[in-house]
Amino acid sequence: MKRRDFLNYSGLGAAGMFLQGMPMVGNIISAEEALNPGADTAKKKQMADVALNAARSKGATYADVRIGRYLNQFTVTREDKVQNIVNTESYGLGIRVIANGSWGFAATDQLDNDSIAKAAAMAVSIAKENARLLKEPVQLAPQKGYGEVSWKTPIEKNAFEVPIKEKVDLLLGVNDAAMKAGANYITSLLFLVNEQKYFASTDGSYIDQDIHRIWPAFFVTKIDAATGKFETRNSLSAPSGMGWEYMSAKPADKIKSVTTLYRNSYDMLEDAKLAGQQAGDKLKAKSVEPGKYDLILDPSHLWLTIHESVGHPTELDRVLGYEANFAGTSFLTLDKWQSKKFNFGNKLVNIKADRLQPGSLGAMGYDDEGVKCGQWDIIKDGILVNYQTIRDQAHILGLNASQGCCYADSWSSVQFQRMPNISLQPGKEKKSIDDLIKNVEKGIYIIGDGSFSIDQQRYNFQFGGQLFYEIKNGKIAGMLKDVAYQSNTQEFWNSVGAIADASDYRLGGAFGDGKGQPPQSNSVSHGSATTHFKNANVINTARKIG
Amino acid sequence: MALLSKDDAQAILKKVLSYSKADECTVSINATQGGNIRYARSAVSTAGEVTDTSLAVSASFGKKTGTTTINEFDDASLQKVVARAEELAKLAPENPEYMPLLGPQTYADSIAFSSKTAGMSPESRADMVAQSLQVAKEANLEAAGFLVNSSGISAMMNSKGLFAYSPESSVDFSVTFRNREGTGSGYVSNQYNDVSKLDTLALSKIAASKASMSAGAKAIEPGKYTVILEPLAASDILNGVIRGFDARSADEGRSFMTKKGGGTRLGEQLVSDKVTIYTDPLNPELPGDTWNNDGLPIKRTTWIDKGVVKNLSYSRYWAAQKGVEPLPGSNTFIMEGGNSSTEDLIKGTEKGILVTRFWYIRMVDQQTMLLTGLTRDGTFYIENGQIKFPVKNFRFNESPIIMLNNVDELGKAVRSGSCILPPMRIRDFTFTSLSDAI
Repeated sequence: MKRRDFLNYSGLGAAGMFLQGMPMVGNIISAEEALNPGADTAKKKQMADVALNAARSKGATYADVRIGRYLNQFTVTREDKVQNIVNTESYGLGIRVIANGSWGFAATDQLDNDSIAKAAAMAVSIAKENARLLKEPVQLAPQKGYGEVSWKTPIEKNAFEVPIKEKVDLLLGVNDAAMKAGANYITSLLFLVNEQKYFASTDGSYIDQDIHRIWPAFFVTKIDAATGKFETRNSLSAPSGMGWEYMSAKPADKIKSVTTLYRNSYDMLEDAKLAGQQAGDKLKAKSVEPGKYDLILDPSHLWLTIHESVGHPTELDRVLGYEANFAGTSFLTLDKWQSKKFNFGNKLVNIKADRLQPGSLGAMGYDDEGVKCGQWDIIKDGILVNYQTIRDQAHILGLNASQGCCYADSWSSVQFQRMPNISLQPGKEKKSIDDLIKNVEKGIYIIGDGSFSIDQQRYNFQFGGQLFYEIKNGKIAGMLKDVAYQSNTQEFWNSVGAIADASDYRLGGAFGDGKGQPPQSNSVSHGSATTHFKNANVINTARKIG
Repeated sequence: MALLSKDDAQAILKKVLSYSKADECTVSINATQGGNIRYARSAVSTAGEVTDTSLAVSASFGKKTGTTTINEFDDASLQKVVARAEELAKLAPENPEYMPLLGPQTYADSIAFSSKTAGMSPESRADMVAQSLQVAKEANLEAAGFLVNSSGISAMMNSKGLFAYSPESSVDFSVTFRNREGTGSGYVSNQYNDVSKLDTLALSKIAASKASMSAGAKAIEPGKYTVILEPLAASDILNGVIRGFDARSADEGRSFMTKKGGGTRLGEQLVSDKVTIYTDPLNPELPGDTWNNDGLPIKRTTWIDKGVVKNLSYSRYWAAQKGVEPLPGSNTFIMEGGNSSTEDLIKGTEKGILVTRFWYIRMVDQQTMLLTGLTRDGTFYIENGQIKFPVKNFRFNESPIIMLNNVDELGKAVRSGSCILPPMRIRDFTFTSLSDAI
């Protein structure tokens, strides 16, 4: 669809590139309107019942309805200028049904009883149309109704309540700090999300949820006009399932390494100052000699490698072929899981799926098909033991319940299998970052996420980063640039040499993980402690044009 | 009110503007309607219908601007949305880059709308998908695909008398066929404005044949190879190049268009003299927008002429800073080709790799536009003018700028997604590792 976006990305500049693919649908409202409470649960229950009853009366054997109010706030600045302050609100209802054994879905932003009933009837008629081309009827894992329940992200301070002026002052201060430290350009932004979601199903659940997320970020550029070269350094923040408290850095959350690293809160000002200096250092850094290196990967970098090489291949819909035409399939075929001895990684590698982790982007009480969220092993002592499933897939794994991985990015999108938080468990032995570096003869310490690419079955990948430091004989020997590493997922996870302990465990994540056609975005976190990988293939990415 | 006529759009915009008390005001309408159907494992997985109409108001006092949107069209709601934009404008910080609105402009009539595409329904989509599923059944392959169409109008009016209106439609189809053993995979995709140009049966047969031909791929060493890029592969890798033709980032020193010592590469020989790239919103095979969101007319523009950089895009603000005329950028492009077919290019290749498409392309280094990504869904070894056998997929690390310096021969240009471009034979294309993915 080539719809003209008058508003969506105009004025967002560099930040717009990072926001592409994220749902920004909805109307632009004022900051005050975003604080209106919206419809109460009694009203939402009444609307939900209209939808469920209409679906049943048209012949649906199952129905669920989601009434969603999705609020976003973007504050974007560049150097000494405010580029954009936008509040958006999207409010409507989506209904999903099974009729004649097939799924159907329809959505409406008109919330009178007639329009809701019409949407329900449309969903049933689409299900019946799809049933024409059906091979086998949908098989839904049983799910008990929870009655009327609620869940809320445990935030200390709602970031939407913080005055815009305070946010603008913070970002302009961040820009100033980076410029004073040597940056030529900086774009900085605050991106807030509040999903107010109400779910009801013919199983008897009425679930009200209030989910909050925050992402502060900046992008610094340093120019060397004489050579025509430039370097960039992005923020080391983690988008988080938190409120404004994420922006108040606690000293205990800071880890001093070659730069400051952040745990559960973030000092944007400090990071911007460091970024301004480091972008300049990068211009002068040594270009990497390609070859084999041990890698020490910081959690601000490793989250993305986990996301691409563990998160995606263990999505059951990809394994089964539902994403074959777009995101791809997976090398982790069912026979590897059935064998109970597929060495995804070595014995140090334990990876869990977790939809409850405090502060994470994927934390919620219930998923978008009314399943209570939980935690389970994906990789246990290196062996593939499980996947990520939803209700119509559970029977394929012989499970009698879904794992709660169903999510839609809007009331107007149909829910499907999306990634929960997937995290590498910290090492059991007491080990710090320095302990890891100490044991490396020839290596590279990588901080922050950069360029990323992986094949459609998740074997072969290549990752860049923000900061690269050479390690020689157990010591940091200076900064490198033009670094990327290439590996194969199974080889990579079998090359783990050591994982730092729980005191170094941190989350990273993304707001805009894309999957599906039409594409939908998902927010997900990945935790890890700093990890040592042995003998990886490092390439030099510098080229010359003209 | 999904498909507003020009007169109806003009009447609504005029009414909304009459409510404005701001120094300057722009009102725009987007209306789209369409639908989609997705299938996988040879059966339909999801389908939907979408209609969306929204109106946006940007009101400015001096250099302060506020913007709001709404999807209700009664008078009270329209008055409210204007008042809200004006309130937000008064609270907004000054935008030092604010440009006074343009007055009336002349635009070419858009030719991007097709009533046949606008007339598509859940039934017609299901019928088109059924043809694709039939190919899967006959060839004993698994099919996964997606068909999506949309039609709509965009209109804009401002308080200085500018009015723009254009209807457009598009339909996108893509399908992947895989054999049951998971050892072969084939893909096609394309986009059209007019659905009567879309033949899901013929395209599905191409993807099915690629799935069969690509089974049992052999590993060959990564390295520098002569490649033949089918138009889809070429568009995958060249899609982002024109977006990089931006004067501001080049002037600021942070683009591959930046010149050593300062300034831009405008007027320089950037790539092979075989390469000419332009935009033309009135090309019947690739009709595009005839105006942009600032209200600037979009006209035929040459970006690269025989390898020389002829134009860079300038926003209105940056043009004023540099004392030049503004020039809108483009999301689509046309690259001139020759007369030979992909088959002819293969015949003229002593040793090389044929690439159907690329996947997961990401920027590695903005300074040189170095990209990485992988081949997918049909990669073949060519020797002495013939396809010899399928090969395992490769990861590449290559800059499209370097690639366009290594053009050996260009075939006949055809539409692929949002560009028209030829299949091309490229020397010394850099594959850096092998992938087991199929």
